[in-house]
Amino acid sequence: MSISVEGLPPIMPTARHLDEQAEQSADRPPLPLVWISLATITALLFLWSLASSYGFVSPLFLPSPVAVYQALRSLAITGFVDATLAEHVGASLLRIFGALAVALVAGIPAGLAIGASRLGKGILDPIVEFLRPLPPLAYLPLVIIWLGIGEASKIAVIALAMLPPVILSTATGVRSASADHVNAARAFGASRLQVLRHVIVPSALPSILTGTRIALGAGWSTLVAAELVAATRGLGFMIQSAAQFLVTDVVIAGIVVIAAVAFLFELAARLIERWLVPWATRR
Amino acid sequence: MSVLSLENVTLRYAADAGRNTPVLASIDLSIDHGEFVVVIGRSGSGKTSLLNLAAGFVKPSSGRVRLDGAPVAGPGAERAVVFQDDALYPWLTALDNVAFPLRLRGFSKADRLRRARALLDQVGLSDAAERHVWELSGGMRQRVGIARALASSPKFLLMDEPLGALDALTRSRMQGFLLDIWQQNRVGALLITHSIEEALLLATRVIVLAPNPGRITSEIFTTFGRDHLAGTPLSEIRSSAAFRRLQDELTVLIHAEEEGIAA
Repeated sequence: MSISVEGLPPIMPTARHLDEQAEQSADRPPLPLVWISLATITALLFLWSLASSYGFVSPLFLPSPVAVYQALRSLAITGFVDATLAEHVGASLLRIFGALAVALVAGIPAGLAIGASRLGKGILDPIVEFLRPLPPLAYLPLVIIWLGIGEASKIAVIALAMLPPVILSTATGVRSASADHVNAARAFGASRLQVLRHVIVPSALPSILTGTRIALGAGWSTLVAAELVAATRGLGFMIQSAAQFLVTDVVIAGIVVIAAVAFLFELAARLIERWLVPWATRR
Repeated sequence: MSVLSLENVTLRYAADAGRNTPVLASIDLSIDHGEFVVVIGRSGSGKTSLLNLAAGFVKPSSGRVRLDGAPVAGPGAERAVVFQDDALYPWLTALDNVAFPLRLRGFSKADRLRRARALLDQVGLSDAAERHVWELSGGMRQRVGIARALASSPKFLLMDEPLGALDALTRSRMQGFLLDIWQQNRVGALLITHSIEEALLLATRVIVLAPNPGRITSEIFTTFGRDHLAGTPLSEIRSSAAFRRLQDELTVLIHAEEEGIAA
């Protein structure tokens, strides 16, 4: 599994494209990918404001970018349904990170067991394969019956959604450890535990980080669902209550905030990858 | 004096159970402490399997592998291995790679770093200690790999085509380097190679393997390596009549059976 972290700002894949050759032969440096992406965003914003200011679409369905910006400002200062934007974001982040901690603490050992031992694979595979295809919304009611409507059930549902990617990517990472690396350690007299700690875990680390990124993605989609039930704070709750009162600008503002936070997560994840596993893209 | 020996060893891989031809059959080979044994043979003659048996990575289907008379149960620090694809850990620096075997054995950090620095010095890489593996050239990586193998103070150094992936110039420099390392560290060496020239330059004894099943067909004793250590330049050895004659002889031995089939 290889992860591209070469160009940090553009999130787009940086593989070779069909049109690249044509650009290079034109005797000028190719347009940076960031600029093309920025142009797309600008064009979309322009079309959006055009559509709303000429009244093509009712503001009830699509408020203007300015209205959304003002909604964002008032969200940040005065808030919405008894909490400021920072409080909503804080509540959501607490759930996401709480769930991520649970998923990593449970998922990494489980993935190591699946990847490194036949017994572990035999025991855990059916559980993971049962959980993996289930949509979190399907088991949300059950988790609420078990854990109540408090924080615990929300964190549990998000953690359950995060578990399969963490477990599977850890197991894949374990299997990607090179036979020579393992044999070298054995030849130096390493015990099974030492091989696991000094060879298998570092070999699996790039894949575990990729799994964590996928898990965060799954976490965000589950978060919104989990916050629909008996929450009083959180971005998902904010969007949902705004929708019930048809406050569309707050709905859009909430979506934009979620996208921005997820984007920052992605950037942070890439920085962490560069720092923790700089070898993953070299060699 | 230590002896590593394979006694009447046959190796059959479980997946090949249906096939009658074993990978290696009736191998009798014993390596003394001060020896440099080079195994050469065509592809499929079981060279790497032979090394894996000596290292303890695989167990013989029948026969025994012994170290100083005691049966070998698995890999062990007294038989260090150098891999063709260096097998250095990319998450460690050159220095930490060399210190790795000492870390496994519970040496204190100061001790293992001091010893690792001395070893890097011996392979001429003191300046590269803090570099990452991906910043090193192929020849440098192999030298780090050899320093790492020496860190556990092995009695035997088992090398699976360690120079196979290097360019010709680096390769011939590394051949002299291997001889120095072998002499300075007083180890028994077992080296696998495809190169007839390399076999003759390094070995005190060359073992020829033939395939189907893998077996030892001949054995040649040479002194070129010792001549070099005594002061004769490698280039002079390579161009000597005696070297060329043995080179031809070895070529015939390796391909003897192939020609037998053709005729």
